[in-house]
Amino acid sequence: MISFGKPLKIALGLIAIAALIIVPMNFNRYGLFILSQWAVMSIAAMGLNLTLGYAGQVSLAQGAFVGIGAYAAAIMTTHGWPLPAAILVAIALSFAVGWVLGYPALRVQHHYLAFVTLAFSTLAFLVFRNESWLTGGIYGISNIPRPHVFGLATNKPLPFYYVCLGSLAIVSLAVWWLIRSPWGRAFMALRENPLRAQSLGVDTRRYTLMAFAIGSALGGVAGALYAPLTQYIDPVPFNLSLSLDLLMMVIVGGAGFYFGPFLGAMIAVLLPEWLRFTEGYYLMLYAVAVMLLLIWSPTGILGILDRAMAARRTKAASALRAVAKSRLETVQ
Amino acid sequence: MSAVLEVTNIKKNFGGISAVDGVSFDVREGEILGLIGPNGCGKSTLFNCILGQLTPSGGEVRLDGKVVTGLRPSELNKLGVSRTFQLLQVFPKLSVRENLILAGQEHQGNMASRLVGRSDAGLSDAANQMIGFFKLDHLADEPAGGLSYGQQKLLDAAMAFMGGPRLVLLDEPAGGVNPSMLADLKDRLVAINREKNATFVVIEHNMEFVMSLCSRVMVMAEGKVLAMGRPDEVRKNLAVIEAYLGH
Repeated sequence: MISFGKPLKIALGLIAIAALIIVPMNFNRYGLFILSQWAVMSIAAMGLNLTLGYAGQVSLAQGAFVGIGAYAAAIMTTHGWPLPAAILVAIALSFAVGWVLGYPALRVQHHYLAFVTLAFSTLAFLVFRNESWLTGGIYGISNIPRPHVFGLATNKPLPFYYVCLGSLAIVSLAVWWLIRSPWGRAFMALRENPLRAQSLGVDTRRYTLMAFAIGSALGGVAGALYAPLTQYIDPVPFNLSLSLDLLMMVIVGGAGFYFGPFLGAMIAVLLPEWLRFTEGYYLMLYAVAVMLLLIWSPTGILGILDRAMAARRTKAASALRAVAKSRLETVQ
Repeated sequence: MSAVLEVTNIKKNFGGISAVDGVSFDVREGEILGLIGPNGCGKSTLFNCILGQLTPSGGEVRLDGKVVTGLRPSELNKLGVSRTFQLLQVFPKLSVRENLILAGQEHQGNMASRLVGRSDAGLSDAANQMIGFFKLDHLADEPAGGLSYGQQKLLDAAMAFMGGPRLVLLDEPAGGVNPSMLADLKDRLVAINREKNATFVVIEHNMEFVMSLCSRVMVMAEGKVLAMGRPDEVRKNLAVIEAYLGH
């Protein structure tokens, strides 16, 4: 961290934000769709990164929460409610369901918890598919309207991309605040050593439930943006494979790193497009790349950067020690 | 002197084994009570029963006269009971300072104020003081996992004091700590005991450390209390017990 100057970091951040605003202005419809999808998936992955990366609670259900948010938004907006109201409902609903899903985590951990959340994921999918009075079943819900923001219609791809990007910005700030607050520290304590955390007054039960609920709520936000983005939803995108995709975004980007989800979502959403020229080999290449990455760096891409910076610090420290030692020797 | 902690007939069975078998004692305000005995005699199990990490099979724990048996560890900690562990229990990826802030933050405000309030929960100064007090200044920003064993032991102890506890249960604080660091640790414990009037219960195998630090010593074997008294009395007693048990 020392090696990167703070001004340099801020400058890089500003350049990235400016690029995200300006560059897409002359993108075509499809490019904007992909980029909007990146923003939406980043939000969902940030939620999972909170639950899994920071608080250490394995979840294979994030895709289900994206589904809950998407259906909440689709149902409400097609009945004439404004999108912000739908987002609030999506947040409340997925927060509540996430809280309840957190209870098993108080009893089981790791692989067992993964199985519990996997079962929930399947259950949610069955509800989306079978409760057709509410969700439209396999026919789904179509003609999902896009919102008006400050009186401006966002039907066109570019304005709606800005809606997604703005939402991502708000969520990013909120998550940044959360992880550097005492709550974030308590989440990391859950991950690193729950036994010790308890003995220091950390209410591990409440924080575990909170980690699940907040992470799931962000999944709901992503879903509530996904519905107006695609303007049509059916149960298929929200099956287990979305949960696995989101899990991979978090792991590949770097679980427990703030920027991990942005990077992971970028790879998961953009790489298929870049590898399109390989035609049928895309999935194979992707699988091999992920395997190699995780063998090389189990902590993801940002893990590589972290290790490099730690190595630089160690080198600097041992250089200092060498200088100090030689001085001591000359004194003697 | 009034009793801070009263333990009455605590029992803990694991299957057919009775790890703690009807232990009763009390700890007076401001004293340092030593707890010694051979490995496997139930010392740590007794600690875990007192601190709510294990549910006792029988008996009662009172804090300031109020029954606290069955409370969760985090609830007990909020009532001013803190502990250290026999094996290292720090948060390896957090820095030394972050470890200390974490150790104190749950005693500041409530859940809501910890979410919207300051990132350090107003504890940076207190953490820096504690870092200075335990001579960890040069390591303040290092990840705790990178510290030496002895330094992590010191950090572990320092963390137990961040919440300003009235009663601290220390499980083998001297284990694996080199002699000069041990002398430091003893000084720190005595200082906190006198200045903050904190009460300690210390499990330790290092007899010299126990006998010089503690005002009273309790001896356990096979889940029972064998002897309790001033260090010199217990030392005499120990000779008899050792002869009798053949340790």
